[in-house]
Amino acid sequence: MAALITHAPILIIAIPLLAAFLTPLIGMASSKARNAFVVVSLIFTVFLVFTLAKDVAINGIHVYTLGAASPDLSLPTGFIVPVRIILEVDGMAVFFSIIWSVVSLAAAIYSLSHIASETGQNRFFTLLLLMVMGGFGLMFTGDLFNLFVFLEIASISGAALIAYRTKFADTQEGGFKYIVVSAIASLMVLFAVGLLYGQYNSLNIAYLAQVIQYTMLDKIALALFLIAFAMKTGMVPLHLWFPDAYSVAPASITGMLVITSHACMYAAFRICFTLYGSVINAPVVGWIIIIFGLLTMFVGVTMAVYQKDVMRFMSYHAISQLGYMWVGVGVGLAVLGNPELIATYGRDAMSGGIFHILNHAMYKPLLFFTGGALFHYTGTRDLTKMGGLAHKMKWTTILYIIGTLSISGIPPLNGFSSKILIYESVYQFHPILTITGIIVSILTLASFTKAFHSAFMGAELPEYKGVKEVPRSMIIAMVILAAGIIFITLFPSLIVDSTIHPAADALIDPKPYISAVTGAIP
Amino acid sequence: MMEHIPLDFPFLAAALLVGISFYIIIFKKNLIKLIMGIAMLASGVNLFLVSLGYRAGGNAPIYTDVPEGTMVMSVPQALTLTSIVINVAVLALMLTMVIRIYRHTGSLDSEKSRKLKG
Repeated sequence: MAALITHAPILIIAIPLLAAFLTPLIGMASSKARNAFVVVSLIFTVFLVFTLAKDVAINGIHVYTLGAASPDLSLPTGFIVPVRIILEVDGMAVFFSIIWSVVSLAAAIYSLSHIASETGQNRFFTLLLLMVMGGFGLMFTGDLFNLFVFLEIASISGAALIAYRTKFADTQEGGFKYIVVSAIASLMVLFAVGLLYGQYNSLNIAYLAQVIQYTMLDKIALALFLIAFAMKTGMVPLHLWFPDAYSVAPASITGMLVITSHACMYAAFRICFTLYGSVINAPVVGWIIIIFGLLTMFVGVTMAVYQKDVMRFMSYHAISQLGYMWVGVGVGLAVLGNPELIATYGRDAMSGGIFHILNHAMYKPLLFFTGGALFHYTGTRDLTKMGGLAHKMKWTTILYIIGTLSISGIPPLNGFSSKILIYESVYQFHPILTITGIIVSILTLASFTKAFHSAFMGAELPEYKGVKEVPRSMIIAMVILAAGIIFITLFPSLIVDSTIHPAADALIDPKPYISAVTGAIP
Repeated sequence: MMEHIPLDFPFLAAALLVGISFYIIIFKKNLIKLIMGIAMLASGVNLFLVSLGYRAGGNAPIYTDVPEGTMVMSVPQALTLTSIVINVAVLALMLTMVIRIYRHTGSLDSEKSRKLKG
C-alpha cells in the first residue's frame, strides 16, 4: 500500500494509457469484456486518485521524479537545478484530478449504451482513455514542456471524439474548429515555454518560479499563456468555437470537454499564481481577468436565452458559468499582494470560484447527459420539436430538475452554496460584480425553466409514442453525478474544509510548491 | 559560413513565420490554407526552439570521444522533435476532418461549408 501511494502520480497517468492500448485488443475478442475492462480500469484510477488525495491532505505536496533512484529525489546529487521530469501534486492538482476521475468514470459508463449503435467503438474507448490520461498529466505535471504535450494529447483525442459520429456533417465541423483552436493555443503555449527556457535554461515550474524576473519577455510569455488558456476555456471573446464543438459531440464527451476546459483553467491558475506568483503585477492581471470574466458570464447567458438546440443552449450556459470561476479567482488574484484583504475576502472569493468549479463539474455534465438522453430517443436536439417527454422519461426528468435547480443557484442545492460564497466576498471588492452575478443567475433560471417546459411538460406528442426511458448505464452515470450534487448539498462545509481551502491556499502561497522541488529557498 | 550570419537572424525568421501564419489563420477562408497557416505557425515555433539551442562552436552532447570545448544542451532539440511529431498528428487529423467536411458539404470555403450558427 505504501508503494502504491508513492507511485500513485505516475500510475494514475500510466493506467489509462496502458488501458487505452489494451482496449482494442480485448475488444477484438468480446465487446462485453472490453466494456468491463474500461470501467474497471477507470474505477481503479478513481480509487488511486482518492488514496493520493488523502495522502496529500495528510503529508502535503507529493513530488514524483521520473527516472530517479528514489521518486522523491528531485535534485540529482551535486545539482542545484532539477533536470529530470517531475510530477508534482499539491492541493490544487489533487482537487482537479478528483473531479476529472469521477466525471470520466461517469462519462465512460454513459458511453456504454449511448454509442452502442455506432461503429468503431473500440477506437472510441481508446480515445476516451487517452483523453483521460492527457487530463491527468496536465494536472500533475511540474514541467512546462510536459504541460504542452499533455495539453496536445487531451486536445487531439478530444477533437477526434467530437468528430466521432462521422455520418453527420456538423460533427466534422465542430471537431475541426476544436482542433484548430487547440493547435493554435498549444503552439502559443510552446512559444511562451521557449521564451522562458531561452532566459532561464529550465523547464521546471518550481525552479522557474524561483528565478523568474518579470522582464519584458516574461510579460509576453504570460500574455501568450493567458490568451492560449482563455481560448481553450472559451472565455469571451474567444468563445465562438465553444458551442459549435460542445453541441455536436456525443453527450458523454461533452461532459468530459467541460472538465478539460476546467483543466485549462487549472493551467492558467498554475501559471498566474505559482509560476509568476512572486513577481506578477497582481492588480492589473486580476482586473483583466475579472472584466473578461464578467463579459463571459453576461454574454454566455444572453446568448443562451434564445437557443433552440438543447446542447447548444447548455453550452452557452457552460460559458456563462465559467465566468463565475474567473471572477472569483480573479478577485483573489487582484488582492494577492495584500495579506489583509486576502484574509478578509480574497481567500473566500477564491474558495468560492474553486468551489464553483467542483459544483459546475457535477451539474453541467449531468445536464449534458440529460440532453444526450433526450437526443438518444427523439433523434433531435431541437427544443421546439420536443414535448411531453416527462411522461416516458421519469428518471431523466428528475435528474434534469436536480441539475437545473443546482445551476440556477436555488437554495439549498450546491450551486447556491458556491454562488453565495462568491457573491458575499466579491461584493466587498466591488458591488457591481455581485449584481451582475445575480442577474446572470436569474437569467439562467429563466432559460432553464423555458427549456424544461418545452422538452418535458405538456401532452404526449404522437411522434414520441415509442420513446421509453434511456438504457440503464446512462441512468447510472447520471445518478453518479446527481449523487455527487446531493452529497455536496448536504455537507458543503465538509467539502470546503477538506478540499477547497487546501486548493485555494496552494494558489495563494506558491512557496511550498517551489520548495518541494528545489529544497529550502535561500 | 555560419559566422557571417548574425546570431539573431533565425529569431527574425521565426518571428516573420509566426506573423505571416497568424495573418493566414485570421484572414484566409479556404480550409486547406488555414491548415497551411497552422503548419507554418508550427514551423515558426520549431525554428525558434532550435535557434534557442544553437551555441556557436558547441559540440554535440555525445559522450564518447568528446572533443575539447563546450557541449550543447540537447533539451531544445528534444523539444523540437517532440513538437514536430505532435504537429504531424494534429495536421493529419485536421486534413481527415477537412476531407469529411468536403464530402458532406462540397465546399472548402469556411463561409459556405458552415452548418453551425447562432
